[in-house]
Amino acid sequence: MSLILLFTTALLIEKIILISVLFAITLGVAAYSTYGERKVAAFIQDRLGPNRAGPFGLLQPLADGVKFFTKEDFTPNAAERWLYILAPGAFMFVACMTSAVIPWGTQLTIFEKPVDLQVADLNIGILYIMGFVSLGVYGIMIGGWASNNKYSLYGAIRASSQMISYELAMGLSIIAVIMMTGTLSLKEIAAQQAGLNWNIWYQPLGFIIFLVCALAECNRAPFDLAECETELVGGYHTEYSSMKLGFYLFAEYINMFISCAVIATLYFGGYNFPGVDPGWLGGFMGPIVLFAKIIFFIFVFMWIRWTIPRFRYDQLMHLGWKSLIPLSILNMVLTGAGVLLFEN
Amino acid sequence: MQALTNRSKNVVNKKMTFMERIYLPAILKGMWTTLKHFFRKKNTVAYPDVKRPFAPVYRGWHVLKRDAQGRENCTACGLCAVACPAEAITMVAAERQKGEEHLYREEKYASVYEINMLRCIFCGLCEEACPKEAIFLTDRIVPADYVRQNFIFGKDLLVEGIDPANRIDVTKRQKHIQEHKTAATIQ
Ligand code: SF4
Ligand code: SF4
Repeated sequence: MSLILLFTTALLIEKIILISVLFAITLGVAAYSTYGERKVAAFIQDRLGPNRAGPFGLLQPLADGVKFFTKEDFTPNAAERWLYILAPGAFMFVACMTSAVIPWGTQLTIFEKPVDLQVADLNIGILYIMGFVSLGVYGIMIGGWASNNKYSLYGAIRASSQMISYELAMGLSIIAVIMMTGTLSLKEIAAQQAGLNWNIWYQPLGFIIFLVCALAECNRAPFDLAECETELVGGYHTEYSSMKLGFYLFAEYINMFISCAVIATLYFGGYNFPGVDPGWLGGFMGPIVLFAKIIFFIFVFMWIRWTIPRFRYDQLMHLGWKSLIPLSILNMVLTGAGVLLFEN
Repeated sequence: MQALTNRSKNVVNKKMTFMERIYLPAILKGMWTTLKHFFRKKNTVAYPDVKRPFAPVYRGWHVLKRDAQGRENCTACGLCAVACPAEAITMVAAERQKGEEHLYREEKYASVYEINMLRCIFCGLCEEACPKEAIFLTDRIVPADYVRQNFIFGKDLLVEGIDPANRIDVTKRQKHIQEHKTAATIQ
C-alpha cells in the first residue's frame, strides 16, 4: 500500500516539476516571441527593431511586461463586469492547457529514473488539442461580448466564425494523418517518424491545409480579421487595457507556439532528426531538436505575417469553405487509397 | 478616350486564373522578396548615437551674435521683426547706460528679444534683413517640449556665450548670406 503511495507521490512530483518547467518555457517563449515579432518585422522592413533595452534590445519583453502591469486597468461602464474580467483569463488558460500533450522528447534519465518528457500521454492527444483549440473561441467571444462595444463584438463574431470554419478543414487534414499513422496519440505519431521518415513526405497537401488553418486559428495575418486595426480599432480587445490586454496578446503568442509545436510533431518528425538520437545528452537532445523546429516555424509564421496583406472577409470564407474543405476531403480520399494500396 | 498621362491604367474586373486562385505561387514570391529584405543592409540611422551631417544651408535654432569683444551686436532696430513673414520675433528696445559699453556694441539694444519657435518657419529672412550681422540661423535643432510657453525663446536661449568656448560658429552661414546678397544686388 505504502509502496503505491510512494510511487504516486513520486509521479505527482515529477509531473508537477514538468508542468512548471513547461509553463515557464511557454511563457518565456511567448514573451520572446513578441520581441522576435518586432525584430522580424523590422528586419523585413529594412529597420533595426527594438535595440535600446539591454544588448540587442533583449530586455524589451521585460520592459513591455512592466508597462502592461503599471498601466491603468480600465473597465468600461457598460461592460458585463465579471465576464469582462473572466474572458482574458479563460483565453490564457485554454492557451496554456494545450501544451500538456506535446511529446517533447523520448525520455530523460534523472537519478537513474526514466522520466517521460510529456505531461500527459493521452491516447487521444490530437482530439484533446482540437477540443481545447475550439474552446479558445470562448475567451474571444466572451471578451468581445462583455465589452459592450460594437467593434469588440464585430471582432469577436469574426473571430469565432473564422475559427469554426477553419477548424473543419483542420480536423479533416488531421484525419488524413491519423489514417496514415493509425493512432491518435501524439507520442506514437512522433515516435513513428524516426529519422527522416517524416509525415510531410506523405502528406504535403495536408500540411499546407493544416498550416493555413493554423494561421487562421491563431488569428494571425493574413487572417487577422478579428483584430483588423484598419476597420475595427483593436477588434475583440478594443476595450481591454493593462494586463488584461496583456493576457490576450500573450495568449495569442502561446497559441502560436503550441500550433508550431503541433505542426512540428504532426508533420516534421517531432523530436526526430536524421543522424541525431533524441536520447543524446541524457535525453535533452529531443527537446532541443523539437525546439529548433518550433522556432523555425514561429519564424515562418512571422515571416508570413509581414509579407501578406489581410484577406477580405468574403475571401476568407470562400477560401475556408469552398477551397480548403474540398481539398482536405480530397486529401483524405487520396490518403485512404494510399493506405489501402501500400498496406495490403 | 485619350489618356491624360501615360501612367493611367485601365481597370478590368477579370476572373483570376487557376494559378492566381491557389495563391501559393504569389505568396511564395512575396515571401522570397521579404526574405531578401531580411538580409539587406538596414536603412536606419540610430539617431542619438549616430548623427547625419546637416546640409550646409540647414536653418535651425537662431543665435544672437556677439562681437570679438563680447558685446551684443543687436541694436534693436526691428528690421528682422519686420522681415519675418511669420511674425515670430518681438523685442523691447532699451538705451545703453553708462558703464554698459562692454555689454552692448550700439547705444540702443534689445532688453527683451523673443522668437516664438512655434511660429517661426526657419526661412532665414531675419538674418538677411539684419544690418548688424546680429542674428543667424544655426544647425542646432530646436528641442521638443510639452508646453507651448517653453517654445518662446528669450535672450537666455538665443544670445551666444561670451567666452570663446561658448561661441557659436556661423562663418559658413555668413558666407552663404553674403553670396546671396551679392547675387541679389547684381540682379
Ligand atoms: S527664420 Fe524666418 S520665420 Fe523665423 S524668425 Fe527669422 S524671419 Fe521669422
Ligand atoms: S537682430 Fe538685427 S535686424 Fe533684428 S533687431 Fe537686432 S540688429 Fe535689428
